[in-house]
Amino acid sequence: MNPRVAVWLVAQLHLWLGAFVVAVPMFVFIIETIGMMTRDERYDNMAYEFIKVSITAYSLTAIMGGLLSFCLVLFYPDLFKYLALIFKESMFAYALLFFAESAVLYIYYYGWHWLQGGNRKWVHLTFGLLLNAFGITLMLLANSWTTFMMSPAAVDAAGVFNGNTWEAIHNFLWNPINIHRVVANVAYGGSIVGAYAGFKFLSAKNKEERAHYDWVGYNANFIAIAALLPLPFAGYYLTAELYAYSQQMGITLMGGVFAWIFIIQAVLIGALFLSANYYLWCGMGRSDGASRYNGRIKFIAIVLVAAFLVWFTPHTLVLTNSELKSLGGPYHKYLGVFGIMPAKNTAVNFLLTFTFMSFMFYRRANKVATVSWATTGNAIQIALFTMGLINIVTLGVYYGYFTNTVYKVAASIPQVLTTLTIIIVSTVIDTLMYKGAKDVAPLHWGRMPARSQYALFLLAVSFTWLMGLMGYVRSGIRQHWHVSNIFRDASPDAYTPTLGYAANVITVGTIIFMAMVIFVFWLSTISGKHVVAKGYWKEQA
Amino acid sequence: MTKKRLIPRLLQLVLIIIGVYFGFILLFDVALHQIIPKSLLTMYMLFVVAGTAMVFTFTEEGAQELVGPIKALVEDPSKKMIRNVVFVIVPLLAGYYTYTSMLPSFEAPMELRTIHPAPPSKFKAFGKSYNLTTLQNPYRKFEKEDPAKFKGLVKEGGDVYIKNCQYCHGDKLDGNGPYASGLNPTPLNFQDVGTIAQLQESFLFWRISTGGPGLPQEAAPWISAMPVWQDYLTEDEIWKVILFLYNYTGRAPRSWANE
Ligand code: HEC
Ligand code: HEM
Repeated sequence: MNPRVAVWLVAQLHLWLGAFVVAVPMFVFIIETIGMMTRDERYDNMAYEFIKVSITAYSLTAIMGGLLSFCLVLFYPDLFKYLALIFKESMFAYALLFFAESAVLYIYYYGWHWLQGGNRKWVHLTFGLLLNAFGITLMLLANSWTTFMMSPAAVDAAGVFNGNTWEAIHNFLWNPINIHRVVANVAYGGSIVGAYAGFKFLSAKNKEERAHYDWVGYNANFIAIAALLPLPFAGYYLTAELYAYSQQMGITLMGGVFAWIFIIQAVLIGALFLSANYYLWCGMGRSDGASRYNGRIKFIAIVLVAAFLVWFTPHTLVLTNSELKSLGGPYHKYLGVFGIMPAKNTAVNFLLTFTFMSFMFYRRANKVATVSWATTGNAIQIALFTMGLINIVTLGVYYGYFTNTVYKVAASIPQVLTTLTIIIVSTVIDTLMYKGAKDVAPLHWGRMPARSQYALFLLAVSFTWLMGLMGYVRSGIRQHWHVSNIFRDASPDAYTPTLGYAANVITVGTIIFMAMVIFVFWLSTISGKHVVAKGYWKEQA
Repeated sequence: MTKKRLIPRLLQLVLIIIGVYFGFILLFDVALHQIIPKSLLTMYMLFVVAGTAMVFTFTEEGAQELVGPIKALVEDPSKKMIRNVVFVIVPLLAGYYTYTSMLPSFEAPMELRTIHPAPPSKFKAFGKSYNLTTLQNPYRKFEKEDPAKFKGLVKEGGDVYIKNCQYCHGDKLDGNGPYASGLNPTPLNFQDVGTIAQLQESFLFWRISTGGPGLPQEAAPWISAMPVWQDYLTEDEIWKVILFLYNYTGRAPRSWANE
C-alpha cells in the first residue's frame, strides 16, 4: 500500500459515492414531479425510497471525502498547498455548500411525509430543486480542481497564479468534463438504484413486494438507458476537446499506452448496452401480448452485436508474430477501416437507434393501436428508421473515408442529429398513435425471471468498473505531472503503472464499493423491520 | 408447452455459434486473404455468444427449452449412458485445452506496440528546440496563397521522397517498398486512413527528424528501422516531404481550425 494507491482508491470511492448521491436527487426530483402531475402515489413512494437509499450513501460520501483530503495533505502536501493557494475561495465555498446541502437533504428526506398535499408539496419540491442546485454546484467546483490539473489556466509557465480565480475554474477541459460527468452520473445512479430494485426483488417475500420492485427496477433501468443514449457523444466531445487542448494528451489517450484501455472500455460499454436491452426483452414477458414481437428480437440482437464488433475493433490490432507476418504489417486491410472514429460513430448510432427500437417494442407489448391511421403511422415509422439509418451509414462512409480529419469529427454531428430525429419523431408518432389504445393483455408486474435481475446487477457493476477505468485514464494521461507541464510529480510513484496493475487496483476498488452498496441496501431492509421482544421491557403500570 | 422442433434449441444455439466462428475464418482467412487475428476473433466470439444466449433465453419458454436437456442429462435416469460419456469427455477436453495452452512454443511473445506514441511537448532537432504544440509547417500557407509555388514545393518534396523514402515506404506510399518485407515493425502505409490522416504535421516533423531512435519510452520495443532524418536532410526538405505525403495521398493533416 503506497501513497499513490491510497489516494487513488480513496478518491475513486469518493467519486463513485459522490456520483451516486449527486445523481439520485436529479431523478428523484423528476419522479416526484411526475407523481404530482399524475397524482399517482406509487411515484411518490418510489422517489422517497430512492432518497432513503441515498441518505446512507451520503454519509459514506462525506467520510470518504474527509479521508481523501486527509490523504492528500498527508501524502502530497506540496501539491495540496499549491492547489489550495489557487482555489482557496472555491474550497471554502465547497465546505459551505456541503453544509447547506446536508441541511437541505435532511429536510427533504425527513420532511417528506410532513410536506404532503397542496402547497406543502410545492414547498417540498422546492427543497428538491435546491438540493439539486447545491449538489451540482459542488460537483462543478470539484471538477474544476481536477481539470485544472489537466489543463491549467490563470497561471504562467512557472506556475505562478495571476489571481484570476474564475479563469482557473473555467479552464479548457472544465465544461467537457462537466457535461460528460453530469450525464454519466445520472446513468450511473439509475443503474445503482436498478441494482437496489433487483436486490429487493430477489429477496422479496410476497407477490406485492415482487410486483413493486419489478416496477421500480423497470423505472431505474429506464433512467439508466435514457441517460446512456447521449453518453457516447459526450464522450467523443470530451476526447475531441482533449485532443484540441494537447495533441500529446490526445495521442496518449487514444493512440498511445492508454489505447488498450479503450478496448476494455468498449467491451464494458458493450456489456452495458446488452444488459439494458436484455432487461427490456425479458420485461416483454410481463404481458402476454408481447409474443407478437418475440420473433423480431433476434434481428435487433444481430444488429446490436454487429455494431459492437465494429465499436471495439481496435485500430492497432493485437497480433502474434506469425499473424503480423501473414498480414504484412500491423494494419488490417479490411478490419482497419473499422478502427477509426467515423466507423465507431456509425456503429454507436446504430446501437442507440436499435436500443430505442427495443424500447418501442416493449412499450407496445400490451397494446393495440386503435386510431384509424395506425397502418400509415407504422409505415411512416419504418420509413423514418430506414432513411435515418441509411443517412447515418452514408455520412459515416463519406466523411470517414473521403474527406480530411476536420470533417471527420464534424460528421458525427449530423449523425447524432439523425439519431435524435428518429427518436424524437417516432416517440411523438407513437404517443399519438397509442392514445387510447386497446390494452390487449395487461402487464403483470412481478412476472419477471430472476436472470433479468442479474442483468440489472451486471449493469451496475459494469458501470462502476467503467467509471473507475476511465477516471484512471483521465488522470493517467498527465503522466508524470501533477499539474500538466507545471507541477511535476517528483515522488517515486510518478511512473505510469502497467495495465494489469491498474486494472487490479480498479477491481479492488469496485469490490469495496459494491460491498458498501450492498451494506447500504441491507440497511434499508433492516430499517423497516420490527422485532417484538416479549418480556424484555419492564411492564408499565 | 414446448413444441417439437426439427433441431432442438440447445443444438441450434451451438450450431449458430460454431457457424459464426467458421464464418469469420472463412471470410477473412480464405475469401479475403487477410487473416482475422486470434485476439480479435476471441473478443468477437465473446459478444456473439452473449448475444445468441440472450436471444435464446429472454422468454421463459426459450430458457426452459435450453436448460431442459441439460437438466435431463444430469438428472434423468434413462440418460445414464450419455451422462457417463459426457462426464468423461468434458474433463478430457478441459485437460487437452490446458495442455495445449501450457505447452511451450517457439512463438515470440506478443507485443503491444504503440504505433503512434504520444509526442513530447518539446523536442530537439537540428540543434534547436521545437515546441510541438505550436509548431506549424511553414509552407502550408502557400496552398491557398500561392498555389503555383505550392505545387513546386510539393514536387520538390516528391523528389526528396523518391530519393530517400520509397525504399521502405513504397513508390505508391503504401508501405510496400522493396525493403519493407525485411523489416519489423513494417514501414507505415501512408495511404491508410489510420496513419498520417490522423496526425498533425508537427507530429510528422518530429517522427521524421528523430526517427526510430527518437521514439519515446512507451513505444517499446524501440526497434523501428526508421532513420534519423535530421542527419541527412535539412529542415526545409522535411517540411516539403510532408507536403508531398499529404498531397500524394489526398489526405489532409489533422487540424482543429474551424473550417
Ligand atoms: C529503412 C526504412 C525506412 C526509410 C528509408 C524511411 N522510413 Fe519512415 N518508417 C520506417 C518504419 C519501419 C516506420 C514504422 C515504425 C515507426 O513508427 O518507427 C516508419 C514510420 C514513418 C513515419 C511515422 C508514420 C506514423 O503514422 O506514425 C513517418 C511520418 C515516416 N516514416 C516518414 C518517412 C519519410 C518522410 C521518409 C523519407 C525521408 C522515411 N520515412 C524513410 C522505415 C523507413
Ligand atoms: C456509451 C458510452 C459511454 C459511457 C457509458 C461512458 C461512461 C462513463 C462514465 C460512467 C464515466 C465516469 C464519470 C464520472 O467519473 O463521473 C466516464 C468518464 C470518462 N469517459 Fe466515458 N462513457 C462513454 C463514452 C466515452 C467515450 C466514447 C469516450 C472517449 C473516447 C469517453 C471518455 C471518458 C473519459 C476520458 C472519462 C474520464 C473523465 C472523468 O474523469 O470523469 N467516454 N465515462
